Amino acid sequence: MQPDISIQQVSKIYEGGFHALKNINLDIQKGEIFALLGPNGAGKTTLISMICGIVNISEGRVLAAGHDVIKDYRGARKAIGLVPQELSTDSFEKVWNTVSFSRGLFGKPPNPAHIEKVLKDLSLWDKRNNRIMSLSGGMKRRVMIAKALSHEPQILFLDEPTAGVDVELRKDMWAMVRKLRDNGVTIILTTHYIEEAEEMADRIGVIRDGEIILVEDKERLMAKLGNKELRLHLQHPLASVPESLRDEPLELSVNGYELVYTFDAQREQAGVARLLRHLGEQGIDFRDIQTRESSLEDIFVDLVNENKS
Amino acid sequence: MNIYGIRAIYKFEMARMWRTLMQSVASPVISTTLYFVVFGSAIGSRMGDIDGISYGAFIIPGLVMLSLLMQSISNASFGIYMPKFSGTIYEVLSAPVSYLEVVIGYVGAAATKSTMLGIIILLTARLFVPYEVMHPFWMLAFLVLTAITFSLFGFIIGIWADGFEKLQVIPLMIVTPLVFLGGTFYSIDMLPDIWQKITLLNPVVYLISGFRWAFYGVSDIHIGVSVAMIVFFLLACMTTIWWIFKTGYRLRS
Repeated sequence: MQPDISIQQVSKIYEGGFHALKNINLDIQKGEIFALLGPNGAGKTTLISMICGIVNISEGRVLAAGHDVIKDYRGARKAIGLVPQELSTDSFEKVWNTVSFSRGLFGKPPNPAHIEKVLKDLSLWDKRNNRIMSLSGGMKRRVMIAKALSHEPQILFLDEPTAGVDVELRKDMWAMVRKLRDNGVTIILTTHYIEEAEEMADRIGVIRDGEIILVEDKERLMAKLGNKELRLHLQHPLASVPESLRDEPLELSVNGYELVYTFDAQREQAGVARLLRHLGEQGIDFRDIQTRESSLEDIFVDLVNENKS
Repeated sequence: MNIYGIRAIYKFEMARMWRTLMQSVASPVISTTLYFVVFGSAIGSRMGDIDGISYGAFIIPGLVMLSLLMQSISNASFGIYMPKFSGTIYEVLSAPVSYLEVVIGYVGAAATKSTMLGIIILLTARLFVPYEVMHPFWMLAFLVLTAITFSLFGFIIGIWADGFEKLQVIPLMIVTPLVFLGGTFYSIDMLPDIWQKITLLNPVVYLISGFRWAFYGVSDIHIGVSVAMIVFFLLACMTTIWWIFKTGYRLRS
């Protein structure tokens, strides 16, 4: 199947000579939620801006919905909805008008029923006659999403959609994104909140210093790189790790009350059982057991640091 | 052609005018009225006729041009500067609209406003000075062409400007002197020889002269030359805008 977005050998060099993106190759499939993860200044926004026509492409080419974003910009842009990171709105406009404006701008005939639906989905219906400047930051963010959805795009870019947004709105937004995906919309989201990528993405790309250093299925990524930790809270403190367990990946906490066993979530199934058996044989009692899976955040931090060194 | 896109921009810009009706219409009408009261009625009554036209009537075309130029430039430059300033330009840049469609939307709205304003000022002038329009078609053609041309020019300024000061500078420091020295208040025959030559470098001379011809059938410069000059300036602005969008100058990094 043809990818919805195909980024081919794309580079961006700004006028001052800053190399913002270096030879990016990336395909995004129809109907997936792709999270572009990376620290501030890694090039996430630049990449999106190039696809959407806000920033010139220095080298390479990009296809969106099968259209070259430069040569056939009309075809490409019609398919794309963009929610930029900055809250840029026409303060004096009313919500309804600004969303209708966006629909027209993208070449679609007026469709009040669709606008109504978008506004209702985003809980903006009550505010439709309010001027944008009277809205809260979270509401403004919703207005920007409504604008991006006004022309029924097939591809939606969300650049840091939940930056500065409260928990409730964040949950709403995640639900909305999933609903869009269920309707076949391809979603590309940038974030530096790992939680967000973990919650929503099907696939994750990690970008650092203008290079994509990894693209992987979220599940597979977490499985591949994810470690599990088993914490044993001991009944009586130990002075050191028992001799017979020296070969195991065990660590003892400073106060001697906690044994931490790190293992690979995928492979070592037998390790835990063996460890517990050993402890039983040694007569080491424990009060509590805890396991913890490493989060995407841990993976991410490891990955970024690894590449730095 | 993205007709809906053009319409969206045009409507948006016109809505901005209705919101700011006081600034958009009232202030130029007031200032032009002051000119008519002072120069037309008060001082004008003591001045002799120029080319057989009473002084009050003589200055009407120039004063309308002054407002038309100022308004065209400020409407159009503000119209495109504001989205750049607030960041909402992202939407226009990412929309499936060609540069021509963007220009038709923004410049069309700015030119509509200033043309309406020009007509309002003409009607206001009628309250102070009786005048006839000899060539109404040409009068309207000049009004519209000038509005379009200088709205294009304003659009360029709006893109070029990176601060509010620059938006003000061009109209105040360049357009006002050009209009005042362009024969609004005098016929260029009245100037010393050398100044008559220098004054021909001023593009506004051609506008005012042509516009005045449409009113009274007399002009400093042949009407054909006036029309040619304004078309030339229009094309120059169009070319500049084409270049701006092609390179993304001050729009796209």
